[in-house]
Amino acid sequence: MLKRVHFGPSILPFMLVAPQIIITVVFFIWPASLALYQSLLIQDAFGLSTEFVWFENFQVLFEDEHYLGSFHRTILFSVLVAGSSMGFSLVLAAMADRVVKGSMAYRTFLIWPYAVAPVVAGALWVFMLDPTLGILTYAMSWMGHEWNHKLNGYEAMTLVVIAAAWKQVAYNFLFFLAAMQSIPKSLIEAAAIDGAGPVRRFWTIIFPLISPTTFFLMVVNIVYAFFETFGIIHAVTQGGPAKATEILVYKVYNDGFVGLDLGGSAAQSVILMAIVISLTVIQFRYVEKKVEY
Amino acid sequence: MIENRPFITVISHLMLILGVAVIAFPIWITFVAATHDSVRMVQIPLPLLPGGHFFENLDQTLNKGVEGGVSLGISYMLMNSLIMAMMIAVGKIAISLLSAFAIVYFRFPFRMGFFWMIFITLMLPVEVRIIPTYEVVANLNMLNTYWGLSVPLIASATATFMFRQTFLTIPDELLEAARIDGAGPMRFFFDILLPMSRTNIAALFVILFIYGWNQYLWPLLVTTDQTMYTAVTVIKQMLETAEQAPEWNVIMMSTLLAMLPPVCVVIFMQKLFVKGLTETEK
Repeated sequence: MLKRVHFGPSILPFMLVAPQIIITVVFFIWPASLALYQSLLIQDAFGLSTEFVWFENFQVLFEDEHYLGSFHRTILFSVLVAGSSMGFSLVLAAMADRVVKGSMAYRTFLIWPYAVAPVVAGALWVFMLDPTLGILTYAMSWMGHEWNHKLNGYEAMTLVVIAAAWKQVAYNFLFFLAAMQSIPKSLIEAAAIDGAGPVRRFWTIIFPLISPTTFFLMVVNIVYAFFETFGIIHAVTQGGPAKATEILVYKVYNDGFVGLDLGGSAAQSVILMAIVISLTVIQFRYVEKKVEY
Repeated sequence: MIENRPFITVISHLMLILGVAVIAFPIWITFVAATHDSVRMVQIPLPLLPGGHFFENLDQTLNKGVEGGVSLGISYMLMNSLIMAMMIAVGKIAISLLSAFAIVYFRFPFRMGFFWMIFITLMLPVEVRIIPTYEVVANLNMLNTYWGLSVPLIASATATFMFRQTFLTIPDELLEAARIDGAGPMRFFFDILLPMSRTNIAALFVILFIYGWNQYLWPLLVTTDQTMYTAVTVIKQMLETAEQAPEWNVIMMSTLLAMLPPVCVVIFMQKLFVKGLTETEK
């Protein structure tokens, strides 16, 4: 990865990497090591004494039903977000790939939600589903359903899943469409000549050929649902009602900044770091190998 | 076209239009809400067609804010968001260009060590290390400053990787030629490398601007002073006040303003945006 032709050793390269290395050490590596260290400590509520307890924080976490509950919810949440948003955008991308005219115009109309902040996406949907005023709540009351995500945990979960998936459709659509458009047309033509209809062609040719993209998007969507949806949860439900939408990232924030349980929160951070690192490793292996079935 | 099946083409168009409608519906409702007065916005059912109070709401949102909630107009927060997003985008690009240059073009001790150090940052999103990072920033007296808002988010492995990739595709002969002409490293960097990576820089800028503008958790922690709030974090405060006295017209106008700049960037710089998105993820 070093250029064949390059400059010899001098002080200059050190000065060039210095800004990035300093920021990395001060704001990334040092805080992350602190989190590792703090996860092994227990501090009393006033911060007067700390005790080194090895892995007790982790042990407590894995025996804590609230934490395990939050873990299950996060998995459910990310599966729902990734599944619904990928499914929706896969259908749209397949359609946009079919139409000859206007597929770029559709792309323009479908990709802009990428630029909407998660908290803003949350605000849009919570307004439409407001229990007293929301326009969709009104529509549902016509059909005889009383929507209230402030009381009903399932509805609160549905609300945050919709808001999170809505925003992510743009990203998935863009990658699915690009993957489909890079499939050689001759393959599809050959299948058409052999008499395969559009649906058959989709499942036997297009879908298998875009599987690397699907896999990549799955990892990206899970990372998104795990971490970037904090804004939606924090602004819309605050993890409630009765912790029905308390996902792991929200719990780290809530236990650390609101509950001031530093050791427990740091231990949760460490677990999250482990999750991110394994997801990143999976993603990188994919980049190297390009999964194909 | 592979075969002529007009019926399926019509169905495809219909489904796409339906998809666009589902995606755009929330924005339409938001826009409609931003054009009515607060009296209309508490009557059920809420309107589906725009009203005539757009500019009044715009004026109130920009200059006055919501009653009982954030008392400043949102124009401050838009400015803060703009400064933060620019600092993050420009800062990330600058430090990544320099470090990628050093790693690709120089042989020096600890080169791979530095590379791995940068690589690690890819794996640590701010969400998983908030408390210690907050402590560091607090100790450096950077709370409620633009530096505190942007610097901790600046280090980026993705940008460094992308530039490294770009530099590796630049032919070696260019450096040889530049050397023969007597150019030093920095001259080579500014006169040859920078101009050659222009489109990559622009594409990355688009992505990083959106990333910076949409930051939520970090500004929420670092800013306690109203004058330092960003447009995105202020939405949350407004939703909180909506529990008592919903001024949905103003809240939705703020929402509209908070998403307008990044959305415009995506729509008007679509080519760069798509390039940036696909290349940083590689």
